[in-house]
Amino acid sequence: MHHIELRHIGFEYAGAERAVVALRDISFGVGESEFVCVVGRSGCGKTTLLNIVAGFLQPTKGEVLIGGKAVTGKGLDRGIVFQDFAQLFPWRTAQRNVEFGLEMKGVTRQERAEVARRFLRLVDLEPFAGAYPHELSGGMQQRVAIARALAYNPSVLLMDEPFAALDALTRDEMQRLLVDVWGETRKTVIYVTHNVAEAVYLADRIVILTPHPGTVRAEIRIPLARPRDVLSVEFLEYQRQLVGHLR
Amino acid sequence: MRRPGAAVLSFVVAGAVWEAFARSGVFSSALTPSLVDIAATLGRLVLSGRIFLHIGYTLWRILIGLGLACLVGIPIGMLMGRFRFVERFVLPLVSVLSPIPSLAWVPVFILWFGLGDAAAMALVFYAATFPVILNTWTGVRSVNRLWLRAARAMGADGRVLFVKVVLPGALPLVIAGFRQAFARSWIAVVGGEMIAATTWGLGFVIFDAKEFLNTDVMLGTLFVIGVLGLGFERLIFQTLERRSVGRWGMVRTAGS
Repeated sequence: MHHIELRHIGFEYAGAERAVVALRDISFGVGESEFVCVVGRSGCGKTTLLNIVAGFLQPTKGEVLIGGKAVTGKGLDRGIVFQDFAQLFPWRTAQRNVEFGLEMKGVTRQERAEVARRFLRLVDLEPFAGAYPHELSGGMQQRVAIARALAYNPSVLLMDEPFAALDALTRDEMQRLLVDVWGETRKTVIYVTHNVAEAVYLADRIVILTPHPGTVRAEIRIPLARPRDVLSVEFLEYQRQLVGHLR
Repeated sequence: MRRPGAAVLSFVVAGAVWEAFARSGVFSSALTPSLVDIAATLGRLVLSGRIFLHIGYTLWRILIGLGLACLVGIPIGMLMGRFRFVERFVLPLVSVLSPIPSLAWVPVFILWFGLGDAAAMALVFYAATFPVILNTWTGVRSVNRLWLRAARAMGADGRVLFVKVVLPGALPLVIAGFRQAFARSWIAVVGGEMIAATTWGLGFVIFDAKEFLNTDVMLGTLFVIGVLGLGFERLIFQTLERRSVGRWGMVRTAGS
């Protein structure tokens, strides 16, 4: 039994002249605490797919199950991190951003503060708890967003190219941090990206989507031990394999 | 004013030009009093304390009119931003009423409310309501969709979403609307007082002084009106902005 189960997902939207099929018959499962990357070119529907799992969009066909239950909308069992730094609330400090989901759950003020601090520590940002988002760098803002998505303890973490807008060095750093955070929290992760090296670095398993309409082209399992050596022969071999599928 | 030195220079030069003009004898000194006379009259008004009563009345009318405008305008703007049918209903009315200069309503308001406070307050209310409505409406519409998505994903919905995300998200424009509304109120109240006020208010002082050819009183009061308007803009509105949306990096504030 998979933790997340996508069953024959199809998604159509009304185009200028006729209905456009964005996704067709997508099925795969994600195991408990598994890290799955969904990789594809821009326009292959990977963000749409993530939005369906998140509950922002209703699939026109098929269904998503989480923990055996069909997804009908948004829910606190899923945490979401977007690509855009602007996802943080600018009028709240880093800590108060992280507290948001806990507030919605009705957690007391004191406990909220404690939990928020703990998750800020997890992403190495505790000293910046009192900073407003605009005072933080892009990488720091994304770390706050990760802490915010984890703080209310969802079992699933959904990430939509969270590091795509960062410079290469910061991105490497963030990927290492994410692997550590995932190692500690053991969330089930679906991570959408178009970056081949990133997918091979992060994923237990990679699902490759091809566009028009978005369908699953292949799946690759990456059994390499973490932390992964990006210069090792095996690492490069997996990258080559992935690129081959994307052509 | 980032360079106070430059500002001082502007005032000194403008003052000197006026002084030269006033003393040139082109007009009688009763019509163009010198700065010394104006200052002396201003001093007299301040010492007698009457000017403060006038200022008090003017500010009181603004406070009530502007307060009511916010009380009415902010909810209407919010509802317009939230519900399409409210927007469709209110927008045509606002579009037609808002461009009418508030002073054009003075005769009508005098007939409705009589001479005095009520007419002046109604005028301020009229002048202030539309900027508040329009800015609040725009503010709600311009709330970043990503904030709404993130908040919804964390379980916020309905009223909670509105209070915790839409309201603060719209704040930069709500404050901008408040500022604009104050500027328009200030114009409206002085104009309104000239015609509708009977005994008190800065506008009344100017209009009353005309009867006795007291140009020094008129110009002195104009100076007071200018200083107060600027003072409120700087002290209250800029501070409000700097402490809230400026601090949050949502707008650039003067001097940051």
